[in-house]
Amino acid sequence: MAASPHTLSSRLLAGWVGGCVWYLKRRTIQESPHKFLHLFRNVNKRWITFQHFSFLKRMYVTQLNRSHNQQVKPKPEPVASPFLEKTSSGQAKAEMYEMRPLSPPSLSLSRKPNEKELIELEPASVIEDSIDVRKETKEEKRWKEMKLQVYDLPGILARLSKIKLTGLVVSTTAAGFALAPGPFDWPCFLLASVGTGLASCAANSINQFFEVPFDSNMNRTKNRPLVRGQISPLLAVAFATCCAVPGVAILTWGVNPLTGALGLFNIFLYTCCYTPLKRISIVNTWVGAVVGAIPPVMGWTAATGSLDAGAFLLGGILYSWQFPHFNALSWGLREDYSRGGYCMMSVTHPGLCRRVALRHCLALLVLSAAAPVLDITTWTFPFVALPINAYISYLGFRFYVDADRRSSRRLFFCSLWHLPLLLLLMLTCKRPGARAPLPAERMGTPTTPFPPRPGEHVVVILHHKKRKCWA
Amino acid sequence: MHSRLRPFCRCARVRSRTVPQPQGFRVRALVRMGLRVPPPRRRLLTARTFKHKSHLVSRFCPPRKSCHDWIGPPDKYSNLRPVHFYIPENESPSEQKLRKLRQETQEWNQQFWANQNLTFSKEKEEFIHSRLKTKGLGLRTESGQKATLNAEEMADFYKEFLSKNFQKHMYYNRDWYKRNFAITFFMGKVALERIWNKLKQKQKKSNN
Repeated sequence: MAASPHTLSSRLLAGWVGGCVWYLKRRTIQESPHKFLHLFRNVNKRWITFQHFSFLKRMYVTQLNRSHNQQVKPKPEPVASPFLEKTSSGQAKAEMYEMRPLSPPSLSLSRKPNEKELIELEPASVIEDSIDVRKETKEEKRWKEMKLQVYDLPGILARLSKIKLTGLVVSTTAAGFALAPGPFDWPCFLLASVGTGLASCAANSINQFFEVPFDSNMNRTKNRPLVRGQISPLLAVAFATCCAVPGVAILTWGVNPLTGALGLFNIFLYTCCYTPLKRISIVNTWVGAVVGAIPPVMGWTAATGSLDAGAFLLGGILYSWQFPHFNALSWGLREDYSRGGYCMMSVTHPGLCRRVALRHCLALLVLSAAAPVLDITTWTFPFVALPINAYISYLGFRFYVDADRRSSRRLFFCSLWHLPLLLLLMLTCKRPGARAPLPAERMGTPTTPFPPRPGEHVVVILHHKKRKCWA
Repeated sequence: MHSRLRPFCRCARVRSRTVPQPQGFRVRALVRMGLRVPPPRRRLLTARTFKHKSHLVSRFCPPRKSCHDWIGPPDKYSNLRPVHFYIPENESPSEQKLRKLRQETQEWNQQFWANQNLTFSKEKEEFIHSRLKTKGLGLRTESGQKATLNAEEMADFYKEFLSKNFQKHMYYNRDWYKRNFAITFFMGKVALERIWNKLKQKQKKSNN
């Protein structure tokens, strides 16, 4: 058995997977604080300009059409101020128009004595008319023609298919493939990765197709292509079909039917079960955890051709990881979920939300200990992984007890680096050398005709199915 | 380039943007006489009064040369982006059906979400007021800023709002899925018809 090339390739793969995941996670971490901390803010020049003036709570300075005299008038109370300030950047932009052409020093001009008369005499409604006209012009400029440009298409499709999430899914599949016993088969690995990637793109596109009005109302998702009208729903569905069909075909005929079936099932589970369930019941979180657990199982089945205990263990680790990750994230989005009509544990059952997150952090400890028992890793793995598992469990406990935004954010960010590190450690602690070759392997390929003895018949069939790839 | 008729364009060239409103003239006249004029009172928008379609769609007029739909900025209340639909001169019955369905769905969505968001914010304000009252605090803090409750106190409101509107959300989901599928189906049908017509035209040309 070629143990050293296999170990070398698995280590190389571990390095590559780790690098990819680290890069993707780093991008997520860099973006997440912005998104997480400034979930309800528009972090651009207009917001900074607005913050300049935000201390003047009851006034804003306006500018007449041609003259540069500034006026002060009481700012009318907006009707739905709490959520208007937070939710829509469009609203923030609409309010910013008057402030945009002004520079900070101009504030000091508002109190000049020679302008006081103007302040008294000039009617506010005239200002309002000119403001309305300017507003209208600026609003009109924000209208975009719904004409699809070919050079925009790759970017649009990347956002439609949630390419970063797809990358993470493919990396978990790759990890599942690498952790499976047996010689490492590069063509099979590539086919499994490409097939899983295409299936994930299809599922994500259909998810966005279903959720257009809901996505419009949440800060996290309001810049998606369908929400912005950059692509038509028909094109989104066509793209999803063009990804799903080749993806599942590659998995079925290029890898093996079991992996293809799992891929198809996962697409169905995500689009037809998880997406509608998000608005019906909190069960959606458990369904979503299964959706996240299936890709590494697919990687395993691509490598071995069967659903072993190892596949279930890997799936179990990913399943358990989803809960501290998602529950912590959803803790800070409760307002958006409530307004959008999403049934999430963090809104309806907050105690359960934190309990489940803690429970699954502890489950990760148990599952890591089970890895050497099932011959997937050596016994060093649970000890090497103990610090990170203990840390995430500690943060899960803090989240359970404190139940505040700070602890939820700490748990969420920890989950972002915990998973890739755990998978890397598993890869490096992988039990070296596969099982001893079966008798049929020594005899040759399964297609070699030989009369199977009664007791060996099943072994031959199993071995045939255990062929990594049909390619 | 001949001009394209836009019967549904309400902001036609007739109405110039620079024509001031009558109220402005009156007010300016009063000011010239040396009288101080208070700012006009604005009608408070409530969920019930918001039954008409987005004001942005009615005001916008796309350029004449364009033969595509136009999509606008997110609406202030519903956060949905309004679409100004292009009406071609030789619109087929299925194209018209699709356009009408999309227009109607847009208005329906606009109404639902504007109502939803306004109701949410109104009930949230009421909740905050009542909680502050039970705590014995005023509506403003010492610095003059609006008093708010922390996330844990607001969680009760979010839970209550979600459970209260559950049935409404279910009906909306069901209708939205139906409409979305219908629109996509008709889009596909229209696209196939157009391809078919183009092929027929090409065939005719090649025959001639």
